[in-house]
Amino acid sequence: MEFPAALKYTKDHEWAKVDGNRVTVGITAFAVEQLGDITLVSLDVKVGDELSVGKTFGTIESVKTLSDLYAPISGKVVEVNKDLDASPELVNEDPYGKAWMVVIEAADAGALAALMDDKSYGEHVKASG
Amino acid sequence: MVPFAGWEMPIQYTGIVDEHQAVRTAAGLFDVSHMGELEMKGEHAAAVVDYLVTNDASKLVDGQAMYTACCNERGTILDDLIVYRAARDRWLVVCNASNHAKIAAHFEKAAKDHCEFADRSDETALIALQGPSAFDVLDKAGADAAKLRELKSFHFRDAVIGNVRCTAARTGYTGEDGVEIFCAWGDAPALWDQLLELGAPLGVKPAGLGARDTLRLEARLSLYGNDIDETTNPIEAGLGWVVKLDKAMFVGKEALAAIKAAPLPRKLVGFEVEGRGIARHGYPLRDVDGKEVGVCTSGSPGPTVGKNIGLGYVPTELAAIGTKLLVDCRGKNVEAVVVKTPFYKRS
Repeated sequence: MEFPAALKYTKDHEWAKVDGNRVTVGITAFAVEQLGDITLVSLDVKVGDELSVGKTFGTIESVKTLSDLYAPISGKVVEVNKDLDASPELVNEDPYGKAWMVVIEAADAGALAALMDDKSYGEHVKASG
Repeated sequence: MVPFAGWEMPIQYTGIVDEHQAVRTAAGLFDVSHMGELEMKGEHAAAVVDYLVTNDASKLVDGQAMYTACCNERGTILDDLIVYRAARDRWLVVCNASNHAKIAAHFEKAAKDHCEFADRSDETALIALQGPSAFDVLDKAGADAAKLRELKSFHFRDAVIGNVRCTAARTGYTGEDGVEIFCAWGDAPALWDQLLELGAPLGVKPAGLGARDTLRLEARLSLYGNDIDETTNPIEAGLGWVVKLDKAMFVGKEALAAIKAAPLPRKLVGFEVEGRGIARHGYPLRDVDGKEVGVCTSGSPGPTVGKNIGLGYVPTELAAIGTKLLVDCRGKNVEAVVVKTPFYKRS
């Protein structure tokens, strides 16, 4: 299972890609494998909304179950991936690419240091499996 | 693997949707050995079995099976069963794993001083081969297996499949044609492996609990613990066809007669979710004004029907096809409409 080294990870299996103070968020290949066939992605935020770390910004549902999506960092939503409305299967196909979910303009990008790198996340996954 | 009624069960092998489609287009192989098998033997076995179930067991001939409810005195559902008449004095009752202890005790108690009772669950495995290609697979599993195609629906007989002696029944829980095969516990791996090997070129795949649930929901087959339980009766659950009030005395008859004679307060209906949302077991159902009127008992995406579907209890006045409802998906009211069931019927 792939956990790109360029990304940061949360214990709830979101990934975060940092570019200055812009943080792109999605869910990891491990989360996707646990959920199975994704059938619905509800991103319950719009551009301009303020999110605080740990707050839900939507839900993701597979045939069997559903899971909340949590913000890995506080900040303002600046982009929402509308493609996932019509094509939730993108999450299965390309979790680190086309299935990005939101972009958050971080209030304090330094807070991302609290997230895991790929190695610690890999160990976290092993412990959760 | 997930724990299920004391068993470790595979939710999925290759993916729920993939397995679901395999069953609809080719065939799937299910290990449902967790189901309970109870044997009732002796001169009065037929009468005891008939007394415990709502459907009419006296109509069965040797080698014939029937689906039935098993109710308590209040007319609510202890379990749903398949009852098999092997001979006039030899019956098999298959119950849900989650109700095994309760139903075994219920049958054992009724059998006392009247007939022999034996719980065969620990020594009996059950493998279901379901789908349009099921009998093409059996064609390759020996001369006797090839003749199972002639078995009528809800009939069963002893058979040899591959090198395994078994009992094959033309029953299932997927909305597809196929067989459910009982064999000795120790023979199950051999039977499983042979069917999978013979079936692989035909697109047969192993299928888990997840696909079993989406398949049965599309076919509107009740799931005990979700759609039916001891708080529901067969009439409101749409199982009135297995309640035979014209037969001799049986457990729950008086209560069920009273339920049938009075206007029905609520009904189990099928609905399609029209808005963005997936109904799940336990979600409240609301009328269009937002008032809570019932509960979703089963819900998921329907891979073959291509819609998010569900079952739920609603007041009878909201049960007509075309009635608009709202499903409370964790605080979000999502539009739904009552539709005709089954959601899927094989052509």
